[in-house]
Amino acid sequence: MEEIKQMTLAGALEGLRAKRFSSVELTRALLDVMVASQKDIHAFVTIDAEGALAQAAEADRRRAAGEEAPLLGAPVAMKDNMGVAGQPCTASSRILEGYVSPYDATVAAKLRAAGAVFLGRTNMDEFALGSTTQTSGFGPTENPVARGCIPGGSSGGSAAAVGGGLALAALGTDTGGSIRQPASHCGIVGVKPTYGLVSRYGIVACASSLDQVGPMTKTVEDAALLMDVISGHDPMDATSLDRPPTRLARQWEAPLAAQPLAGMTLGLPKEYFGDGLDPEVRALTEAAAKRAEALGATLREVSLPHAGYGIPTYYICMTAELSANLARFDGVRYGARVPAEDVLGQYLETRARGLGAEAKRRILLGTFVLSSGYYDAYYNRAQKVRTLIRRDFEAAYGACDLLLAPVTPEPAWPLGVYQDDPIRNYLSDVLTVGANLAGCCALSIPAGATAAGKPVGVQLLGPSLGEDALFRAARALELR
Amino acid sequence: MEYEVVIGLETHVQLKTRTKMFCGCGTSFGATPNTHVCPVCLGYPGALPTLNGQAIRLTVMAGLMLGCDIAKRSRFDRKNYFYPDSAKNYQITQNGEPLCLGGRVCLPGGRAIRLNHIHLEEDVGKLTHRPGCSGVDFNRGGLPLMEIVSEPDLRSPDEAIAYLTALREMMVYAGVSDCNLEEGNMRSDVNVSLRPKGQQAYGVKVEIKNMNTFSGIHAALEYEIARQTQALGRGQPIVQETRRWDPELGETFTMRTKENAEDYRYFPEPDLPPVLLTQAQIDAWAKDLPEAPAARRERMMKDYGIPEYDAGVLSADRALADFFEAAAKRSGNGKLTSNWVMAEVLALTAKEGTHVKDSALTPEALGDLLKLLDAKTINGPTAKALLPELFAQGGDPAALVKERGLGQVADADAIEPLVDAALADNPKVVVDYKAGKQAALGFLVGQVMKRSKGKASPQLVQQLLRDKLA
Repeated sequence: MEEIKQMTLAGALEGLRAKRFSSVELTRALLDVMVASQKDIHAFVTIDAEGALAQAAEADRRRAAGEEAPLLGAPVAMKDNMGVAGQPCTASSRILEGYVSPYDATVAAKLRAAGAVFLGRTNMDEFALGSTTQTSGFGPTENPVARGCIPGGSSGGSAAAVGGGLALAALGTDTGGSIRQPASHCGIVGVKPTYGLVSRYGIVACASSLDQVGPMTKTVEDAALLMDVISGHDPMDATSLDRPPTRLARQWEAPLAAQPLAGMTLGLPKEYFGDGLDPEVRALTEAAAKRAEALGATLREVSLPHAGYGIPTYYICMTAELSANLARFDGVRYGARVPAEDVLGQYLETRARGLGAEAKRRILLGTFVLSSGYYDAYYNRAQKVRTLIRRDFEAAYGACDLLLAPVTPEPAWPLGVYQDDPIRNYLSDVLTVGANLAGCCALSIPAGATAAGKPVGVQLLGPSLGEDALFRAARALELR
Repeated sequence: MEYEVVIGLETHVQLKTRTKMFCGCGTSFGATPNTHVCPVCLGYPGALPTLNGQAIRLTVMAGLMLGCDIAKRSRFDRKNYFYPDSAKNYQITQNGEPLCLGGRVCLPGGRAIRLNHIHLEEDVGKLTHRPGCSGVDFNRGGLPLMEIVSEPDLRSPDEAIAYLTALREMMVYAGVSDCNLEEGNMRSDVNVSLRPKGQQAYGVKVEIKNMNTFSGIHAALEYEIARQTQALGRGQPIVQETRRWDPELGETFTMRTKENAEDYRYFPEPDLPPVLLTQAQIDAWAKDLPEAPAARRERMMKDYGIPEYDAGVLSADRALADFFEAAAKRSGNGKLTSNWVMAEVLALTAKEGTHVKDSALTPEALGDLLKLLDAKTINGPTAKALLPELFAQGGDPAALVKERGLGQVADADAIEPLVDAALADNPKVVVDYKAGKQAALGFLVGQVMKRSKGKASPQLVQQLLRDKLA
C-alpha cells in the first residue's frame, strides 16, 4: 500500500482507476489506522468495518465490470449527525444511543450513488454544540497534529480523521464555524458552502437557518470533488436552492496560471483583525495575504460594521432554533428512554440523563429568548441585526471579490482548558459566525503553523453562490 | 339581569389531499396504526418538512368561497409544546401571517358571521390509553388542517350549529373537505362568554376544546351558558380558562386557567420559506370554484321554475345538483325533471344505498326519458317501469321504447274497440258510474290500459270513456 496517511482523495481515485490497488485494499488499510488510532485520537464514535468492506467489495465488482462513478470505491468518513441507512446516528449524544438511521441523508444518498464507501462516523460536539469536540457524550477527540490540544469543533472528529491521515476525506457540518475552525486547528481544508447549496435533509438539525454540510479534506481539489457530488437542489429540503450541482473540480483540468489571482480583489475586513487576535495567527494571516498579492490579487481593507454584534446575534438565533429542534428527543419514538411513572416524568428523566450540559444550557437560552415578553427584545431584535450583518457582507462584496481573514482568534488550546467557561468558548466563534448569519460561502485552508507546531488556517469568504471564485483563490493560495 | 350570549368558533377542517401536509404519506382513514408514517411525520432526526401544494390550493379555494382576502405572502411558524401525540414536540402552523384573512359565513336567515382568518397547520397523532400503557397512532399526524376562526358574532347555540352546518356545506361543496364528523374531519373549539344585554364590551370568555359532533357542541354550549348564567347570578366572576367537554357526563371541566396557560414560543419555521402567491395563480384556482350552494339554490329556482324546497334539496349536494341540471337541460322541462329526481331517483338511491353519480343512470338518459314522457310518446307508468333498469344497467330510453314497442297508443280508432270491450265486460261498474260513483271511472281506465298492455294514453282512454258513458 502506498503512503496511506498522506494519500489524497484525488490520489486514491487515480490509484483505483489505474488498478494499482483495490477499494477493499484501500479500505482495509484505512480501517487499520483508524482502529489503531482510536485509543489516542478517538476521532470516531462508530467504525463500520464490516459495512465498509462490503461496500468496497461491491465498488471493486462494479469497477471490474467496467463501471465508473465519480467516487467509485473511495472511502469517506461521515460526521455522526448525518443519517446513513442502517448505521447508528447519535450526533454524539447519549439520548440517541441505540438509534439506527432508517434512511440516508441526501448527502449520503449522493455519495452512495457516486460509489463512495462509508468508513465510519466521526465524533463531534453533542448535537454540534461546541468548538472543541469536548461536549461529545462519548468522550473528547484529540488533535492528531497539535497533540494534547483540542481538534476544534464541532466537526472535530472529521477534522482529526483527515488531519491525522485516518480518512482521505470527510463531511462535516458548519453552523457557526464548525467545519472551518476544526479544519484550521487540524491543518486541513474545510468548506462551508452557501446556505441552500447542499441539502440538509437527513442531517440532525442544530440551527436550521444556519446549518450547512461541507467537505473536510487534505486539498482544495479534494473538497471540489466532494462538493460536485453533494451539492445541488434537493426536493426534500424546502430551503435548498434551485441550482444544479457545482462543477468546481474541472478547473484542475488546466494547470495553475503564473498569476492565478490577477484581476481579483481580496478584502481584509478590519474588524476581523482586532486586538483579541493572537500575534502568530495575525502574522500567518498577513503572510497569506502577502502571498495572494504576489499571485496577482489586489488587497483592500474593507469594513463589516456590525461584526461586533455577530456573537450575540448568532447565539440568540441558534439557541432559539435549537431549543425547538432538540424537543423531539423525548424517548417516545426512538433513542434512549428512561421510564418513569408518567409521561412528564419520562420526558424529564430521559432528557435530564440523555442530554449534556451544553445542550441543556443552550435549550434554556433558546427557550428564554422565545418566551412571551422577551421575544421582541431578543429573538426579534436578533433577526433585525442579522439582516444588518447580511447587508454588511453584501456591501463588502461590492468593493471586493472575496474576503480574506483569520479563522479563529487563537490556535488550538490544550484539552480541558476553558471547559467551565462557555462565554470564552462562544467568543472563539467570532470570525466564523458571520458567514453563517449572512448565508454566504467560506472556507479554511492551511496557512502554516505556530512556533509550537500548531496548525493555523486562513479563511476565504465569498458572496452567496460565489464558490467558483472561492475555490479558484483557495487553489492558488493552498500551501503545497 | 338579562345576558347576551357571545360565541366564537375555531373549526379545524381536514383538507381533502392525497398526501399529508409536509410529506408523501397517504391520508386514507382507518388504516392499521402507524402504517401511513415516514421519517418526516414521525419527527425522525434530520427529517425536513416540504409543503403540500394541494393543501395551499384547497385552502385558497376555501378562502375564496368564504370571501376572504388571500394573502400573497404567508408563512409557517413553530408552536412549541411537549405532548406525546406530537412527533416533533412542536406543531407547524401559521401564527403571524395566515393564508386567508377576513371572510364570512352567511346563515340561512341571511345574517353574515365574520371570519377573522383561516390558517393551515398539521394534525397531531391519536392517543389511545390502555391500563398501564398508552399508544400513539401517527397515521393522523401531519394530516393537513385548515383552522377557520370566526369573530365572536354568534349569539346562541342554535346559531353556532347553523354556522357549522353552512360552513360544512360550503367546504364539501367546494371539494375542499369531506367534513366527515365520524372520521374527525371537522372539529371545533368554542369560545363563549356572557355580557349584560346592551353592553358593548365582551365578558370573560371560556374556551371549550375539541368537539367533533354538532350535538356535542350544542349541548356543551347549553351547559356552559347555564353554568355562566348561574355563576354571574350568584355574583361569582367568570374565570378565563380552557374547559373540556365530557359527553358522558354532559358537563364541562377546567383544563387550565389563564395563569398557567402555555407559552407556545411561536417563531418562524426556518425549514419552510414563506408561501408566495401571485394574483394570476389565485385567479386560476378561482376558476375551479363551484357556485356557492345558496347562490345556486336561488338560480335554480329561477332557471328551472322549481319550488324553493326542491331547489334546497338539490343544491345541498353538488353532484346531485349537477345531475339535475344536466338532466333538466336535456329534457327541456325543469319542473318535470325536478319532480322525477326528487321522487323517483332519490327513492332508487335510498333503496340501493348509493348515489346517483355512482349509478348507471346518466343525466342524459333521464333527460331523454322525460322528453319522451313530455312528448307523450310514452306514458307515466312506462317511464316509471323503465327507470330502475336505466338506473341499474344504463341504456338509451328512445332505443328501448322502440325496440320493445312501448310507445303509447294515442290513436282513438285503435283504442275505441278496447273501450267498448271493457264497458261490455263490466256492466255493474257502468251502472255504479252512472249512479255517481266517480271511482268507477278509474277502474274502467285500468281495464282499458290492461287490454292495451299499458301502452294506451291514459288521458285519451279517459276521454273516450267519458264520451261513451255520457
